[in-house]
Amino acid sequence: MEATKGSRAKSIFSQNAIWIVLVLLIAAITIMDTNFLSITTFRDMLVQSSTRLIIALGAAFVLITAGTDLSAGRVVGLTAVVSASMLQSADYANKFFPDLPHLPLLLPIIIAIVVGLIVGLINGIIVAKFNVPPFIATLGTMVAVYGANSLYFDMPPNQSQPIGGLRDDFSDLGTGSIGSGDWSLPYIVLIAIFVAFIVWVVFNKTTLGKNMYAIGGNIQAAHVSGINVAKCLMWIYGIAGALYGLAGVLEAARTGGATNNYGNMYELDAIAACVVGGVSTTGGVGRVKGVIAGVLIFTVINYGLTYIGISPYWQLIIKGAIIVVAVAFDIRKYVAKK
Amino acid sequence: MAEQHPYLLEMNNITKTFPGVKALDNVTLKVRPGTVHALMGENGAGKSTLMKCLFGIYHPDAGEIFLNGQKADIKSSKDALNNGVSMIHQELHPVPQRSVMENIWLGRFPMKGVRPVRFIDHKKMYKDTAQLFEDLNMDIDPNQLVGELSVSKIQSLEIAKAVSFNSRIIVMDEPTSSLTGNEVEQLFAIINKLRARGVAIIYISHKMEEILRISDDVTIMRDGKYIGTWPSPELTIDMIIQRMVGRDLSERYPERTNVPGDVMLKVDGLTSANPKSFKDVSFELRKGEILGVGGLVGAQRTELMEALFGLRSVKSGAIYKDGKQVTIKSPIDAKKHKIALLTEERRVTGIFPVLSITENTAIANLPLYKGPLGLLNESKMRDEAKKGVEKFRTKTPSVSQLIRNLSGGNQQKVLLARWLLTDPDILLLDEPTRGIDIGAKYEIYQIIIDLAKQGKSIIMISSEMPELIGMSDRIMVMSEGRATGILDGKDATEQSIMRLAAQTG
Repeated sequence: MEATKGSRAKSIFSQNAIWIVLVLLIAAITIMDTNFLSITTFRDMLVQSSTRLIIALGAAFVLITAGTDLSAGRVVGLTAVVSASMLQSADYANKFFPDLPHLPLLLPIIIAIVVGLIVGLINGIIVAKFNVPPFIATLGTMVAVYGANSLYFDMPPNQSQPIGGLRDDFSDLGTGSIGSGDWSLPYIVLIAIFVAFIVWVVFNKTTLGKNMYAIGGNIQAAHVSGINVAKCLMWIYGIAGALYGLAGVLEAARTGGATNNYGNMYELDAIAACVVGGVSTTGGVGRVKGVIAGVLIFTVINYGLTYIGISPYWQLIIKGAIIVVAVAFDIRKYVAKK
Repeated sequence: MAEQHPYLLEMNNITKTFPGVKALDNVTLKVRPGTVHALMGENGAGKSTLMKCLFGIYHPDAGEIFLNGQKADIKSSKDALNNGVSMIHQELHPVPQRSVMENIWLGRFPMKGVRPVRFIDHKKMYKDTAQLFEDLNMDIDPNQLVGELSVSKIQSLEIAKAVSFNSRIIVMDEPTSSLTGNEVEQLFAIINKLRARGVAIIYISHKMEEILRISDDVTIMRDGKYIGTWPSPELTIDMIIQRMVGRDLSERYPERTNVPGDVMLKVDGLTSANPKSFKDVSFELRKGEILGVGGLVGAQRTELMEALFGLRSVKSGAIYKDGKQVTIKSPIDAKKHKIALLTEERRVTGIFPVLSITENTAIANLPLYKGPLGLLNESKMRDEAKKGVEKFRTKTPSVSQLIRNLSGGNQQKVLLARWLLTDPDILLLDEPTRGIDIGAKYEIYQIIIDLAKQGKSIIMISSEMPELIGMSDRIMVMSEGRATGILDGKDATEQSIMRLAAQTG
């Protein structure tokens, strides 16, 4: 019994190890350049982390069920284009829908999120009803969604031109903030925090969340326990899709435009952030706190190392190494248990 | 070879401490050549830790290992193999997609040709494998895919593999746990052959009858300590149990105080959708009754239970509960009709290893914990889990402990607590004491009887005939998918069960 107590202390350490790494990383960068430690840089990093966090949380749903979702990035691209195409200024010359009346801001956003939800549900149906391995199922939708997005993007009169001239109220969502000056809080950060809170509630306080951990922990036992595994998986992939949808909207709002190549490979960043944050690739394990830390680490690497002038190519090598080392440590925990 | 030492293996004063636990305390094991040496003890007594020390998986803090009188320093399982020590694991891990012979020679294929251009010599591999099987009287085709073999054949293959390494010491961990009566006989024949060749076999099992039959010496451990070694002819089952648990278990089964009442469940002509599975099974189950289900492996007992629980589909027949016909197409339906199933494969279909005891207890009945906004009440979940732990005296430091850190018996108690929270009328228990040590078995028996006493109806599959006889009000025996008879628990004997279990056609 003592031994298990020890391992729990160890697991508490390893749960927080990532935060320690994060602090050390920030400290190291600060030593190289003391200007790094400022409110502006931190706000910038939080803004950069926001959409990534929302995508990573979606991916976490799927990863915890021992699944995977390669379609995330392409869904972000699709919903960025869909929302941007309906939220251009009336006076913009190259409007996607020249005759579109002024829509209430929320309508296109909801449409985009529903589009994400539908793609997610399709993933869920393929995985749960047709028993296609998640890797293959979402590989299929990833390719198909890009095709669908490109077709839409290529419709006349747009014909594959980048969508720009977004309405101010929409852009404001991605770039505006509450308050001004040093202590202003960007909307996009607030949205990400709100989403993280909701996801935390779903993970910890709802039947769907408990079922998600159970399915990832042992899908056969979940079935025997009378959990409607197929229905749960459908909703889990669906929710993930909806979160990618929201991220796509915010990505368009933040950058002030959209093309069909938006979101390309974002799924890999999301999965990387999850596994570095302690979401187990074998399922059943993962917390919102860890995903947040995972996302922040990659942002700090990205932003911080650029800040002190390290080549982006070096950043990629460091990123890759961190992913492998983090998972190697994670796996060690289980191997040692045997 | 050097001259024969009286002991092929000596493990002297082995001590192994894990943080806070003395897993092995001065343990001694001396195995003579050409004998079957049973190693016994409850789960957690330290048997597997001792074996892991022998295989170099753990390094003892103190103590020495001698092989045939020579001090041995075993640092890894590879060292163990090179020193002639092999293990047949409880769960066998062959490569199912490859042939029998490739599995045996994996990692040391016979080669032909001249370096660096060398190929696998399939002809030699086939010949060597066939010879190996012939020596051991095993009837296996070296070219067959391992995935097509039965469990007992795979086990024979593993034994042959151990022999092919020239192993002089073979450890068998619960070798008969998934074998039929006939297959056990075949295994014993192989063991006798190995014994005659001077091989020493360390035999780990919970099955007393078996141990007294096959072993020459018995070493008993308890709580990480060495209790003693005795020649088997001097032992009786009661003596072994008493030394294993350190207390007198005058009865192996608690007194049955339940009183069967009205009919709760009626199964009429139930036939599986799978033509190879159960056919035309009819029986009645009373309120507060324990109905044992006996039969050999392959009798389709598990399949019948899984059909009653909605995990398998049925072609024809009817199920009546409380006089009303019910349709059960999924575990969700079964739960609605207040039927619970404790599956045979606890690890495969029962526990969620990476989740806590709380979550493992709550999972089948989450709506119970729904509060305002449909959110789950965590503290209520913990309280119910705690109640379950206290009720069944589950050994765990807390309910937030991951279930995989518990012993088999304690995991089983958590699973029982899970299903009792669904407030079932009917509990289907498939081999509920499999792989559980004696002390915990008795506790599980007591729990089952208490449940029946409270008016729950219980169907219990068991492959241990004494358990069936000791626990059941009535015993239904199955053979080849058919119910061949129902015996009264009072007058059932191992012979009468066996006769029905072996009935064919």
